[in-house]
Amino acid sequence: MIPPILNASGCLDALTAPSVVERLDAFVTKTVTPLPREGNPPPRIAETESGMLNSIGLQNPGIDAFVSDNLPRLATLGVPVWVSIGGFSANDYALLCARLDDCADVTTIELNLSCPNVEEAPETAAELVAAARGATGKPLYAKLSPATWDVAESARAVAAEGADGLSLVNTIRGLGFEHTRRQPVLARGAGGYSGPALRPIALACVYACAEAVELPIVGMGGIASGRDVEDFLSAGASSVALGTILFSDPWAPDRLRSELEAAGAPRAEDVAGQVPESVV
Amino acid sequence: MNARREQLRAIGVEQIGPYALLRLERGELDPGVPGQFFMLEAPGRVLPRPMSLCRAPHGELQFLIDPIGPGTRALCSLAPRDAIHVLGPLGNGFDLNVRRPLLVAGGIGIAPMPYLDEALGGASAILGFRSDHHAAVAELLPGASVVVEPRFVTELLPDDPGDVLACGPEPMLEAVRARVPTAQLAWEAPMACGYGACYGCVVERDGRYMRLCVEGPVLQDAA
Repeated sequence: MIPPILNASGCLDALTAPSVVERLDAFVTKTVTPLPREGNPPPRIAETESGMLNSIGLQNPGIDAFVSDNLPRLATLGVPVWVSIGGFSANDYALLCARLDDCADVTTIELNLSCPNVEEAPETAAELVAAARGATGKPLYAKLSPATWDVAESARAVAAEGADGLSLVNTIRGLGFEHTRRQPVLARGAGGYSGPALRPIALACVYACAEAVELPIVGMGGIASGRDVEDFLSAGASSVALGTILFSDPWAPDRLRSELEAAGAPRAEDVAGQVPESVV
Repeated sequence: MNARREQLRAIGVEQIGPYALLRLERGELDPGVPGQFFMLEAPGRVLPRPMSLCRAPHGELQFLIDPIGPGTRALCSLAPRDAIHVLGPLGNGFDLNVRRPLLVAGGIGIAPMPYLDEALGGASAILGFRSDHHAAVAELLPGASVVVEPRFVTELLPDDPGDVLACGPEPMLEAVRARVPTAQLAWEAPMACGYGACYGCVVERDGRYMRLCVEGPVLQDAA
């Protein structure tokens, strides 16, 4: 089956690349925080042999400017809008969800519970989901980190607090060195590692969580081909998101659909009932 | 994003001093405005590489490349008929509405100058290089004044330089900006996407980060 294809949060700016967004089944925003953030100093990205490191640092205009300026423009693109939110306490998540709860243009809220590039909230993922759940009736997807010894346990915990789905996975922390200066290549030191190297790690997380909970899963992590999509579906994902591949191939959503179709996959709309409505 | 993405075949790679001039078939791609750039698939690498267009003869796109890492070396190793994906043109190029253009470039910063020179119908130029070996690439801009370190391009800047359009390493651009605050400067940064998606290529201007790929790479302070 050709599943819904989304972008991974932080990997696409709908306002600079609307023609890419139109090729997606849903658009996921960069993470929005309560206050505006300038993000981390450059260098922010570096390539490795089999992936890339980034430390963007959640650069975003803050929830007020997002709701008043960005959201109305996103709504004109004709694609369901998922808003990724991030904060530094359970209160932040509750506040952000409350602000978005009455925004009709927001389809789903994705909780970024695992950004490797900023200070994290002290509460557990489950406590953050509970705070968000108390503030909104919109579908909530919990985006979990692969850097945990038992991601299925995290999945069960966020499911128990009312998450409607899982986004698996976020980047994993990594570090690269600039040889001549003998310094980390990113200004902030470690960053989030993504791309092909993340794929087997992400597949393991999807597989474990699909066994553990009944929730729909958006699978992501190094997807670059139709075959990769099939692997994520086999592992238990019901939709997929593209990240690093969009940087080298903005039209990857179309290419992946063609590859899946060539491999004999029917389109999602032809397989009624297979995809939960909350996904797109 | 108005850029197109196509698979283009290599015509060949010409060595010029330490640099390489990569010649690609143009396909249906628009060469764009001088100073704009293209994302070139680097075979075997995860991310493409941003390159400003060097020359645009009929049916071709030519890029001057400094083979300093695995991606640029892969591009310089392309054989005739090898095909790579190219996305572009991207970003903001030079403003060609100038009365007295003076091109200033350092090192690989010469890359966009031949195409710019052609678009302007010929312009004076000052080029700086770190060695005579590197200075061999000045052949791409016949008639330019050339300095080699320890001399710098700023030594040759006249008191009334006119409209300066510059590209080169950051210290050179800062030195040019100090002398000519209204100069158009083409900056460089590592990029993952080239079209505003990744937020990786930011530079700090006036206390805020701007994405060089969509707000640059050519920046000009208010006159």
